[in-house]
Amino acid sequence: MTRLLTLALLLPLAACGAGDDAASKITVLAAASLTESFTTLAEEFEREHEDVEVELAFDSSATLAEQAVGGAPADVLATADTATMDSAADALAADPEIFATNTMVLVTPADNPAGITSYDDLATGDVTYVVCVDTAPCGKVAATLIAATGLAAEPASLEVDVKSVLAKVISGEADAGLVYATDAVAAGAAVQTFEIPGAAEVVTTYPIAPLDQSEEADLAQEFVDLVLAESGQQILRDAGFGTP
Amino acid sequence: MSQQAALGRPPTPLVALAAVAATLLVVPLLTLVVDTPWGSFFSLLGSEAVLDALRITALTSLLTVVGCLVLGTPLAWLLARVDFPGRSLLRAAVTVPLVLPPVVAGVALVTALGRNGVVGGPLHDAFGVTLPYTTTAVVIAHTFVSMPFYVLSVEGALRSSGERYDVVAATLGATRWETLRRVTLPLAMPGILAGSALAWARSLGEFGATITFAGNYPGTTQTMPSLIYTTLQGDPEVARTLSMILLVASVAILAALRNRWLTTP
Repeated sequence: MTRLLTLALLLPLAACGAGDDAASKITVLAAASLTESFTTLAEEFEREHEDVEVELAFDSSATLAEQAVGGAPADVLATADTATMDSAADALAADPEIFATNTMVLVTPADNPAGITSYDDLATGDVTYVVCVDTAPCGKVAATLIAATGLAAEPASLEVDVKSVLAKVISGEADAGLVYATDAVAAGAAVQTFEIPGAAEVVTTYPIAPLDQSEEADLAQEFVDLVLAESGQQILRDAGFGTP
Repeated sequence: MSQQAALGRPPTPLVALAAVAATLLVVPLLTLVVDTPWGSFFSLLGSEAVLDALRITALTSLLTVVGCLVLGTPLAWLLARVDFPGRSLLRAAVTVPLVLPPVVAGVALVTALGRNGVVGGPLHDAFGVTLPYTTTAVVIAHTFVSMPFYVLSVEGALRSSGERYDVVAATLGATRWETLRRVTLPLAMPGILAGSALAWARSLGEFGATITFAGNYPGTTQTMPSLIYTTLQGDPEVARTLSMILLVASVAILAALRNRWLTTP
């Protein structure tokens, strides 16, 4: 029993990281679907500003918005829909600007075990497919599309975010999944991509804004400017985003 | 009381540190109670999503305890009583899920039992059985993370009760099976009960391994913790009420168990 107690005491010792001090540092909170593009954008920003370090934190938009309002030490917030950005309105230093759009596609594993040839094949009911839970932005879009296309077959699982959906598909645990076009681009040859009828009408918009608590307000604004500038937009287009 | 007087007053630093520990444990739960929008408590409690999640949580945690009793007791007995090569290695392996982050446990389960898993793949090809996205998968995930708590607890009880009663029973003509049933297990009962309570509690709160391995769908795999987590993405207020429901349910069951079995002297 003593041993058990000792173990129980040791369990929650999580790692606490301490950032190293560059000349200056900005922290960008970005939606999970921005992982690849914002990593590239951060590198671009560090190239332009030699003594600045960009730290990135990726999570679900709702979590990030809540952290921003809670006073998390960060400088820029970029979310995957306007609703979550609105919920962080109190923490914003300037009006959010739309910098990218995204649409949903259907992906299957590379070997396409269920032999899917189009979105309509989901309706047969033999296909194990997964989507985001409808409290997440990707789930709201998926729910709208499923309703609009009159798909009656139910998903096997409602995943917490779009990366979990993609992971389930890539690992072959699901025959298909609804993800953002950018996720399909990021997954490359690991998935096959199919269009969803009417997806072009259900567009997600990505807003970005500097945060009130920023101690590097100028740098925060410069990062936002880079994202909105042509060079930043090109990086986003390469990642599969649409231009607003 | 005379014993207390002889020992003197409890040292102030100890009392102060104990007070800090108690505060750390109690305050977050108290704020949860205070912060819960109680007006919506009962309407939420009656909603289909919550009833489904409560049902799945109750069912899976109960089956997890049964799984631990049926499978974990023999394992604990083997580790405590039978000397075989590799015993300490096996004991170490049994402890690993204790220190594993639950998500890693989920990934490990997918690797083993997923549709394309090392074991799950052949299982799927031969019998058409797929585990992910089923309630069975939830029970497997829960048993995986809960069993170590149970086994360690029971093994400890078996070791501290010692082998001498077993030996006496054997000299009186009892077979090994009879000894196990009438001597060993009754002596280990406190450990079995404590282990069951620990396993049950672990199962009740299990989230990471479940959502990674079994997925999250209302009515089949969505447990209360999964529901709370997904709700937190959209409506933190509702998530707080749901947390409260889980807290009330677990405290109620714990209190009931405590009165019956777990009374400490």
